[in-house]
Amino acid sequence: MHLTIRHETTYSYDQPVPYGLQQLRVRPKSRPGQTVLEWSVEVEGGAQQLMFEDEHANSVDLVSFDPDQSQVTIRSFGTVDIEDQGGVIGKHRGHVPLWLFQRETDLTEAGPGVARLIHQLDTGGSDLDKLHALSTLILREIPYSTDQNSAELTAEQALKAKHGVCQDHAHVFVTAARSLGFPARYVSGYLMMDDRVDQDATHAWAEAHVDGLGWVGFDVSNGISPDARYVRVATGLDYHDAAPILGLRVGGGTETMKVALQVQQ
Amino acid sequence: MSGESHFDEMYGRDGKTRGPYSEYCGWLSDEDVSRLRKKSVEAETLFRRTGITFNVYGMEEAAERLIPFDIVPRIISGREWSRLSKGIEQRVRAINAFLHDIYHGQEIIKAGRLPAEMIAQNDAFLPKMIGVTPPGGVYTHIVGTDLVRTGEDDFFVLEDNARTPSGVSYMLENRETMLHMFPELFSKVKVQNVSNYPRMLRRSLGRSVPDACDGGPTIAVLTPGIHNSAYYEHAFLADQMNVELVEGHDLRVVDGRVAMRTTRGFKPIDVLYRRVDDDFLDPLNFNPESQLGVPGIMDVYRAGGITIANAPGTGISDDKAIYSYMPDIVEFYTGEQAILKNVPTWRCSEPDALKYVLDNLADLVVKEVHGSGGYGMLVGPAASKKEIADFSKKLEANAANYIAQPTLSLSTVPILAKSELAPRHVDLRPFVLVSPDKIDITPGGLTRVALKKGSLVVNSSQGGGTKDTWVLEE
Repeated sequence: MHLTIRHETTYSYDQPVPYGLQQLRVRPKSRPGQTVLEWSVEVEGGAQQLMFEDEHANSVDLVSFDPDQSQVTIRSFGTVDIEDQGGVIGKHRGHVPLWLFQRETDLTEAGPGVARLIHQLDTGGSDLDKLHALSTLILREIPYSTDQNSAELTAEQALKAKHGVCQDHAHVFVTAARSLGFPARYVSGYLMMDDRVDQDATHAWAEAHVDGLGWVGFDVSNGISPDARYVRVATGLDYHDAAPILGLRVGGGTETMKVALQVQQ
Repeated sequence: MSGESHFDEMYGRDGKTRGPYSEYCGWLSDEDVSRLRKKSVEAETLFRRTGITFNVYGMEEAAERLIPFDIVPRIISGREWSRLSKGIEQRVRAINAFLHDIYHGQEIIKAGRLPAEMIAQNDAFLPKMIGVTPPGGVYTHIVGTDLVRTGEDDFFVLEDNARTPSGVSYMLENRETMLHMFPELFSKVKVQNVSNYPRMLRRSLGRSVPDACDGGPTIAVLTPGIHNSAYYEHAFLADQMNVELVEGHDLRVVDGRVAMRTTRGFKPIDVLYRRVDDDFLDPLNFNPESQLGVPGIMDVYRAGGITIANAPGTGISDDKAIYSYMPDIVEFYTGEQAILKNVPTWRCSEPDALKYVLDNLADLVVKEVHGSGGYGMLVGPAASKKEIADFSKKLEANAANYIAQPTLSLSTVPILAKSELAPRHVDLRPFVLVSPDKIDITPGGLTRVALKKGSLVVNSSQGGGTKDTWVLEE
């Protein structure tokens, strides 16, 4: 599938920001099943300082704000060709040892909520069956809802809240999968929802490493494994590793963020 | 305790003056103790004036306590030194190869020579360093290998200090003071020079420049600031190297580099000798609460725009559980047997080892895996029954946090006590400079001495002092 994507994030501040930096993980990379035909990143109100590849082979831009800006816009756009691979990413690559994907992070710390979740899980069947069952169970326990405010929740907090967004689903999935002994990671990317061009937000899902298959994707929020409508942009242990934009600034007062995202064929 | 059997570096075991000390002792026999005592007081005044102090954590009333200096030098022969240097160099090379491997292919784990848990459960392992090769391949630009001696030919490495070894300013000031007070002694005894250390450090750092460097390397020392216990040393080294001393807020990312504010605008830094811990180095990438670091420096580093000395994540090789694998690590990467011995170490994470340690606490030294500065340790032979019982409980509750070692009978060197010379236990921290093509070891280093009779704890935070360390010319 040939997807055209345009992703624009605008940050506005009450007061001018004397100094600010942002780490962007907004460049999808070509890999088996995903071919990036063209891609650009533009910054308004700031400048690209450098680019590097992080430990998860994500392409990272470091951007600084121009002095005393009160608005900064990050625009990334391009076209990507995706093949449906039934959610299978395949063999683990790179220097990051698989055991690292079994590490808990602040956002993915297993507590009583995850223990209860696993207790309810039907652990019969193959590894793949188990993980699909986990995905289904999580969506039942935490129905999708955008009602709550956008505060960042840990996996345990999301389980307690009983409703959540894709980010929460992905966190709960990787936390529980790690508890079950699977290396698991968080994926940030784009999804073309069939019924619309303007998407609400960027998407997030999870991948678990299964013996024999390698990495396999699970989109808890939509109850499926990623297909030709999914563009993988960045991966990591949790949201903090893979977030599209992570920032740090001095001053500026209150921040408001506006996202405009179009994904279409 | 150490018993009567310890090895004295001046008088051996049999009371006869050892070779390296013969000229010094010849001079000493013509001196009278009251003149030496006066000199000793003079030395203290000198130190107070130059302001070398050491802030001891948790002792606010003594925030600026002077580390006692003893005027009797510790002397090592040229031959002893060349053997030690070979051993240190081998070990430091192995550590650099190990760090590169751990942050790349992890061959040592695949080969079954080191269990993956040793890295997986190690807080000092920095995932953000995976796949990063520092400029010139150097991870540990500055190492302070702690050595102890137990006999004529028996040296052991106690700790590798590959993170941010401190104390080199004492080495330099101690020599300076001795030269000032006893100039005649240095014309009698030929001692190898240490005063070029700052120049060597500057040259060594300048050889590890990043690709982005054009022209003469710009070097700076990053300090957490005036409240840090080693601030004096940071300022001293910057001054001696004739480079800028900077704090996090003086630096920012400009044109893809880390640059410092100057009167003529921002100037890019090629090599940053940082004395700020990993966790505080970059609030964008590590601890977001840190006010001491430079946001984005880790990104500039990963993009090849700066050299950070020592590299982030080198702390894994300082871990005391990793230490216990050091003979294997040396062999794995150099293909040679380790020249310097390791102290036998029981890893309390292993049930058999834990049982042995619990049964023999009264004879062992037990340390925290990530501990330093002599805090949180048990010296069995010096501990009361109650202290041992209390420590047993701590050990059982969190065994993996501890290692144990036999109580070594550390060598002694006399100090000038009230009216006579009296033997006290010592260790040695030589300072090692690593650049892509070369390893330089300053002849000597910092000798720390336990001033309390019989004590084996030499840490300045625990009442230790220092001595000038002489390596004789061959």
